[in-house]
Amino acid sequence: MSETAAIPGLSIDTAPLLELTGFSKSFAGFRALDRVDLTLHAGEVHALLGENGAGKSTLIKCMTGVVHRDAGTLRLAGADIAPRSAEEAVKSGIATVYQEVNLAPNLSVAQNLFLGRQPTRFGLVREGEMRRRAREVLAGFDLHIDVAAPLESYSVAVQHIVAIARAVDQSARVLILDEPTASLDAHEVEILFAVMRKLTARGIGILFVTHFLDQVYAICNRITVLRNGRLAGSATTAQLPRLDLVRMMLGRELAEATAHTGAGRAEAGPEQPAFASFEDYGKAGYVAPFDLALRPGHVVGLAGLLGSGRTETTRLVFGAAHADTGAATVDGRKVALASPAEALHLGFGYCPEERKTEGIVAELTVRENIVLALQARRGALKPLSRREQDEIAARFIRLLDIRPPDPERPIGLLSGGNQQKALLARWLATEPRLLILDEPTRGIDVGAHAEIIALIRRLCAEGMALLVVSSELEEIVTYADEVIVLRDRAHVARLTGEEITVPGILKAIAADAPASGQAA
Amino acid sequence: MPLRLPRIGTSQIVALAAILAINWVVSPQFFDIRLQDGRLFGSLIDVLNRGAPVAILSLGMVLVIAMRGIDLSVGAVMAICGAIAASLADTHSLPVVLAAALGAGLACGLWNGFLVAVLGIQPIVATLILMVAGRGIAQLITEGRIVTFSSPELAFIGGGSVLGLPTPVVITLALLGLTLLIVRGSALGLMIEATGGNARAAALAGIGTRLITLAVYGWCGLCAAIAGIIAAADILGADANNAGLWLELDAILAVVIGGTSLFGGRFSLVLAVVGALIIQAMNTGILLSGFPPETNLVVKAVVVLAVLLAQSPRLKGLGSSLFGRGK
Repeated sequence: MSETAAIPGLSIDTAPLLELTGFSKSFAGFRALDRVDLTLHAGEVHALLGENGAGKSTLIKCMTGVVHRDAGTLRLAGADIAPRSAEEAVKSGIATVYQEVNLAPNLSVAQNLFLGRQPTRFGLVREGEMRRRAREVLAGFDLHIDVAAPLESYSVAVQHIVAIARAVDQSARVLILDEPTASLDAHEVEILFAVMRKLTARGIGILFVTHFLDQVYAICNRITVLRNGRLAGSATTAQLPRLDLVRMMLGRELAEATAHTGAGRAEAGPEQPAFASFEDYGKAGYVAPFDLALRPGHVVGLAGLLGSGRTETTRLVFGAAHADTGAATVDGRKVALASPAEALHLGFGYCPEERKTEGIVAELTVRENIVLALQARRGALKPLSRREQDEIAARFIRLLDIRPPDPERPIGLLSGGNQQKALLARWLATEPRLLILDEPTRGIDVGAHAEIIALIRRLCAEGMALLVVSSELEEIVTYADEVIVLRDRAHVARLTGEEITVPGILKAIAADAPASGQAA
Repeated sequence: MPLRLPRIGTSQIVALAAILAINWVVSPQFFDIRLQDGRLFGSLIDVLNRGAPVAILSLGMVLVIAMRGIDLSVGAVMAICGAIAASLADTHSLPVVLAAALGAGLACGLWNGFLVAVLGIQPIVATLILMVAGRGIAQLITEGRIVTFSSPELAFIGGGSVLGLPTPVVITLALLGLTLLIVRGSALGLMIEATGGNARAAALAGIGTRLITLAVYGWCGLCAAIAGIIAAADILGADANNAGLWLELDAILAVVIGGTSLFGGRFSLVLAVVGALIIQAMNTGILLSGFPPETNLVVKAVVVLAVLLAQSPRLKGLGSSLFGRGK
């Protein structure tokens, strides 16, 4: 077989293999996809990029019929297709391999390859024939392994290749790889890339979802970026330098955003002593050791791409993950921060990014959700009376304009923005000295968005220390006094004062080599 | 104050009433209660008395299930504690006997809690260990025999009466009151519901979920010990093979009938006890009706299905759309 691997940046003149036009999808009023177009050519690797909630997964699900789109047409090699399920999509030639390999780990490699379409004779599976064919298929990927051994006895990379081989062997012309490299090491990624090159040489079009920019530039010919459910742009890799790509993923109206620079930071005054500080704080394989000082009335923003270590940093600070190096100091005393309960007693509060799985207790009422942290701090033996609970709930429902204003409604029935407000209320009720907010404005409507930003500024003015993670750089620029930029699970730059601009942050994120001389 | 049906629990109360009504049809003397030697007698009193062990078990089980756990070992723990109480009854004073039996139950519960909360073993597996081993331990204590005793003090717990009511009924009521006081009088109830509803969110809100898990399994063990003492005191002996046999399933059933989801979260102590009474009312009804006791199992299944259907939100939606909603 000849090694005519697709060369990154190669321009492709062939007719499109797969054409998506005007894909739209709403979930309960929330626009997950808004008129998205995408064109995939035969023999190319096409990167589909975007931050969390940008609409990548929804787009893939709409393409493969797992989710029914509201509008849009899908053409494969010039013919309209309308798969209504993943199986139909496979039949029409679109196969998907997910990050979590969807195979049976305890069955053999051969059985996994031919599950549901085993070669049979008189109704009996022909094991020998199946293994012979399995070896043949895998040899096409330069993979020579014992196909009779259970799948789970192989590395994740091999499992991925088996999943890809299974998908491609079912006459796939389009292969969607959804973050296949998330759990692979560098060597395994190379093996996977070799497989991808072989497939493109056969004329298969690959849609590659990843959040590793290095990989995008290593293998992809073309890039499509989604942002907030909309098409942010599409270009060949050669035409899109890294900085522009990051800007496309994160930034929106650059000129307008830069206008915010320095606003409200002019009269910073003398620096207050830190309420909580972290020195050389880190955890192996989680976040590289970092220094961090959190001061009253001071907002520290954490910026970086998905998976860069922002959330991990907040979890270390809150004691939800345990540091294995460094020291934490609160009010001049060394603290252990072994659990969220301990952080709570120190005056920390934490609104996690995953509101549904880590924030709300869906079946409990708004009132119960709001008093939860305060009650945890008082301990089980000092219950808040029902009257106190009612007062607290009523106060915060009024203060944050939580709707509907019914404290006895199960919180799971509220909209995302109102759930977020109730979670903020949960922590504000504890009168925290440090509030950690991980993506406080994600997935909420515009009105609530503005209110939460206003609240952040007000809390800061009242002397609370804040640590805020946000993918919305314009947002960070408006309220942060200090921005820490993360890349590859390390704090790589620290911006203060006039340095805090959207282009400045973008540059720090996109920098190829670790930025030096930035940290104070 | 106007009489209002509770927001939840209507279906359980209706089910209990229906079963009692059927029992009355089957056996017209069902509601007859007479006072004899300062103690009340009658089928209804019998239901309460016989239902006491499962009701007590369900008071511990309901909290475990609300934490999204389960305790399969309570039947075996009953056997252990019954065996300890019976073996010590004639040689030691009552406080010593009770302390030993209750202490053993608490230790069993804490062991389960340790496996679940600290080692992170799935509750169904963790408690299965003691379910299997516990009966063996009980047999070791009784040395394979049925241990009998004659201590009147211990016997009083099973067969005596207080203010006309059988002692087990009084103990059940007292324990229900105590559990309500501890769980609803403090913030423990809220913390249990939060942990069962979303353990990660609860931990991030600063709730010590491990400690609560440990405490709840410990309480469940303690309840099993009380039930075990009553069962032993009732028959003046301990039968390691049969004491509390399958009662863990009745207790789980009582909790589920009482409307607490096996997925954890919201729970009701009172309704769990009502669930235990529903089960016992059925048992008694079938005995009174003269049907062979085997039919009991089938009837039990039907009633459970009926209660669960009545609770099903889907069916509720159907019902309200068919009949409208009287308010």
